[in-house]
Amino acid sequence: MLIKSLVAVFLAAILTENYVLSKFLGICPFLGVSKKLNTAVGMSVAVTFVMVLSTAVTFPIYTYVLVPMGMEYLQTVLFILIIAGLVQLVEIVLRKYIPALYNSLGIYLPLITTNCAVLGVTMLVLQKVDSTTAYTYTFGHALVNAFGAGIGFLVAMVMFAGVRGRLESADIPKSLKGLPITLVAAALVSLSFLGFAGFVDKLIPLG
Amino acid sequence: MAQKGLLKEFTKGIVKENPVLCLVLGTCPTLAVTTSASNAIGMGVAATAVLVCSNAVISLLRKVIPDKVRIPAYITIIAGFVSVVQMLVKAFAPAINDSLGIYLPLIVVNCIILGRAEMFAGKNPVLPSILDGLGMGVGFTAALLCMGIIRELLGSGSLFGMQIMPVQILIFILPPGGFFVFGMLIMLANKLNTRAGKKVKTTPCDGCPMADNCAEKTCEKTAKEATLNAD
Repeated sequence: MLIKSLVAVFLAAILTENYVLSKFLGICPFLGVSKKLNTAVGMSVAVTFVMVLSTAVTFPIYTYVLVPMGMEYLQTVLFILIIAGLVQLVEIVLRKYIPALYNSLGIYLPLITTNCAVLGVTMLVLQKVDSTTAYTYTFGHALVNAFGAGIGFLVAMVMFAGVRGRLESADIPKSLKGLPITLVAAALVSLSFLGFAGFVDKLIPLG
Repeated sequence: MAQKGLLKEFTKGIVKENPVLCLVLGTCPTLAVTTSASNAIGMGVAATAVLVCSNAVISLLRKVIPDKVRIPAYITIIAGFVSVVQMLVKAFAPAINDSLGIYLPLIVVNCIILGRAEMFAGKNPVLPSILDGLGMGVGFTAALLCMGIIRELLGSGSLFGMQIMPVQILIFILPPGGFFVFGMLIMLANKLNTRAGKKVKTTPCDGCPMADNCAEKTCEKTAKEATLNAD
């Protein structure tokens, strides 16, 4: 049952509740960094890493520090500071100990601090925590959700990098050139993801 | 003369440098909360309040905050005001709070606010900063309202909740409709800008406050700083 629900959470985060295409989180990197495939992949891997890491820190802090002390209102301030601090820490550690990884991912890290997808993942997961129902999110669910959100971001970025590659050689009306045609293409990619609606519930019925 | 300058700080955000349609900042809330016109106004007003307050405080502290830690300091100030606005909305407009949901606290990472802090409030006195924040906020609200009206009218056939059209094209209030309407509005803005002989933005990175941290931009930035120092 636990494994089943974890798989459901993972698939939902990638397909039905894709953070970029259905929740509109992380649109700036989605439009800005998706021009080339390798930068798109690099950015997505860095985002996934930071998402999982910040969920691993913010979830326990929220549940075991903020809630018992009745200070949920500090969530916004605390979370953004934790994420900013973590990103800085990861950057320093990577630069010192794994320079190879730093060279490939390091340039994306400072951009991630103000990525709304990361803050969104850490905050949205807390809304799923409701101890009165049987399907509440545990710490494991939160981590899997963060990982799934990152992979969903990767999938969207890679697909979109492919679409944009084709757009380069297309004959586009002058006024649509640049950002407008990119947004229209994003609309079509997002439309294709609508096809997954209800897919996870059908595949893995929970209760 | 001075008054004319101040007025310019206010009006530039509404049309000439509209944060959404010309600078293409704050795309996430623009796409996410514009499923209805009233949501759009709620989001716009909340963001404007945060923008004006944070611009004022950042401008007051601009000589105190060391340059190296300015971005974390700005984020903390902004997050503080976002929490205040969040609590006020929860207390006085719970319906707006429910419909905006997660996007209300996410005003923290709205690039318009950090962008104005970095580009304007950190360098200018208090009064112009407040007017700049107000102008940008009004411009943001106007663009959101424009999106909200189009999407609500086509998607659910209503306006501010009043049913006025028998036909409903559901896709417009779904995510793809958001991308599409936004694309069309940017196209219109580009068309008008080109007609007026202005340069058109091609990538969303151009106005992004974090663009300076991008590797590709780093050399450009050092070049810019060198020219600034030379001045």
